[in-house]
Amino acid sequence: MGILIKQGRVIDPVNNIDDILDILVRDSKIARVAKGIRIDVDRVIDAAGKIVMPGIVDMHVHLREPGREDKETVASGTQAALKGGVTSVLAMPNTEPVIDCVKNVRLLKQIIKKDARANVFICAAITKGRQGQEITEIARLKREGVIAISDDGSSVEREELLLRALKEAKRCGVLVICHSEDRALSGKGVVNLGIVSTRMGLRGISKESEYRRVERDIQLAQKASARIHIAHVSCAESVKIVKKARDKGVQVTAETAPHYFSLTEDEVVGYDTNFKVNPPLRNRADLEAIREGLREDIIEVIASDHAPHTENEKDIEFEHAAFGITGLETELAVSITELINTKILSWMELVRKLTTNPSRILELDKGTLSVGKDADIIVVDPTRPWRVSKEGFLSKSKNSAFLGRELYGVVEHVICAGKIVFQGQ
Amino acid sequence: MLWKRKDLLGLEELSREEIELILDTAESFKDVSRRAIKKVPALRGKTVVNLFYEPSTRTRVSFEIAAKRLSADVINIMSETSSVRKGETLIDTGSNIQALKTDIIVVRHNCSGAAAILARHLDISVINAGDGWHEHPTQALLDILTLKERLGRLEGVSVAIVGDIAHSRVARSNIWGLTKLGVRVTVCAPKMLIPAGIEDLGVRVTHNLEDALKDADAVNVLRMQFERDEKNAFPNQIEYFKNFGITKERLARAKRSIIVMHPGPLNRGVEISSEVADGASSVILEQVTNGIAARMAVLFLVSQAQDNKE
Repeated sequence: MGILIKQGRVIDPVNNIDDILDILVRDSKIARVAKGIRIDVDRVIDAAGKIVMPGIVDMHVHLREPGREDKETVASGTQAALKGGVTSVLAMPNTEPVIDCVKNVRLLKQIIKKDARANVFICAAITKGRQGQEITEIARLKREGVIAISDDGSSVEREELLLRALKEAKRCGVLVICHSEDRALSGKGVVNLGIVSTRMGLRGISKESEYRRVERDIQLAQKASARIHIAHVSCAESVKIVKKARDKGVQVTAETAPHYFSLTEDEVVGYDTNFKVNPPLRNRADLEAIREGLREDIIEVIASDHAPHTENEKDIEFEHAAFGITGLETELAVSITELINTKILSWMELVRKLTTNPSRILELDKGTLSVGKDADIIVVDPTRPWRVSKEGFLSKSKNSAFLGRELYGVVEHVICAGKIVFQGQ
Repeated sequence: MLWKRKDLLGLEELSREEIELILDTAESFKDVSRRAIKKVPALRGKTVVNLFYEPSTRTRVSFEIAAKRLSADVINIMSETSSVRKGETLIDTGSNIQALKTDIIVVRHNCSGAAAILARHLDISVINAGDGWHEHPTQALLDILTLKERLGRLEGVSVAIVGDIAHSRVARSNIWGLTKLGVRVTVCAPKMLIPAGIEDLGVRVTHNLEDALKDADAVNVLRMQFERDEKNAFPNQIEYFKNFGITKERLARAKRSIIVMHPGPLNRGVEISSEVADGASSVILEQVTNGIAARMAVLFLVSQAQDNKE
């Protein structure tokens, strides 16, 4: 009965464990964590030399369903998630229709119930249709199981409206996630404003368009005494602003995506639209600031911002191509390659940013290996190299910014709710 | 040196030697246009397609004449709609042209990087005839050819580029080409028309025309496009001419030998006065003539590179 994961290096930030231990899984829960467990089980996983950690909780994922099943579905997206070691995702609401009312939440829940292979949590919109004009019925959405709200893809322009949403979200116990971008400043930009936009003759997106909006959004949260989470932080100034606010005691958390701590605007020079993303890849100094922000724990969360797009929408003129990079299947390996192997983060710190922190921010009972908790566990070979290729992806879309790159770290086993749901080669 | 590239997308990626090879080849082709029978068989049996998504007469005609003087067959395709939503995608159009067993696509497009996208997807040669604000390499090549002829050398020469640098592919290609060849480049425009970080390309930036012209051996005057729907375009034509227009009075304070270039079409009284455009310093029509030789050289070299591969 059950699964025994033997001899792995168990990393569990919640219990401050980093040790060679065995884990016994029984009836969807973690039953024991100890040295040298001897017991009869159905399945033994030899994890010697491997990392054993909670399944990744990715709080920024575009599953595209309903509406854009040509890009991704709940089924394909969660399958891709498992391959990347992600056992829980927060699904962003910018689908067609937008997840902005009880009816649409129920529709999505039905799809999830039928097709999801990992845990899918729902983020609804802040405003109806993500139009920035009318707040959604947050209390009713909460009762349907919505745990966060975001107009991701756009910022809520009207301050008084966001302020009211923050207050109501606080009352209901729902997290507000902000896509902080001042469109009046970013305009029709497609790459970071600077030498690269100049060389390529493309319209630039200034950092001001991001950090000034980050600053505004944080001020509104402070005014509302509400929590706020800043999505996809990409530049040095935003990190500074988040740090300052936290030092003042504002309840602000921030996330970044793997491409912001591993790639710069220089990648865009060949007009490869797989590097077109919003916010855009910034310069070397920003990349270093993001890494420093991660190291200092100003940025507490790594999330993929998995944004699948079809080749039809990507393989065209740069300025017409869609913004976005897929990430579910590469986020762990990019993190290992760029943060662990470079000694910017310890394993404990990385696992915290991938699992424990997002779980805490979303008030989920995930991201831990405590006895009695849901058995969402992954076993990772941290040193094995692999080359990213289109053929290897389980996501329906192939718009990865890491194609052709060699990364380290392969997810070998994924246990979700006590069942082995994915096994790597 | 041997030319190995199947495409010419910009001057940024070229080495000094490659640019010099094009210029030398162009000089050798100049003679063809002076003969009674203006034709050589270098591209006989090849098909060149001018694929133009932006209205352009001079560049298209120049490429057409260049190709014909090399004995190539030339097809012109003009497309009013370059929007991805209307009709066929750029890559599909390119693939179709390739399937017609053509050899070279000369592409003009309003999107930066359009030529690069085509080149990546096609086996036949792609020549960039201007893509968005990015590059217009053959224009810069003919500018440099004209400079070299007039000044006798390039190393150490000083060139001022005046006008809307931010939105100019001509400026970018000139900056890359000139700096690689050891020319000192000054760009001059109102602050709002200078793009971010341009000094990192090795140019001097000034907002004062007198300062730009002070030591210049040549001034390249860019066309100002006030009609364009560009929110950051300079607001006022008269104000622009007053401060940045090239006039006889302004040139009187520059070197006596200064030459004046312009990629055309001219906006007389906007960026350049008629007196200057038609005056003794102007080499504008020589540029047009040199355009044929420069484009013949590029067509010839990319075609040769393909033949050598086979």
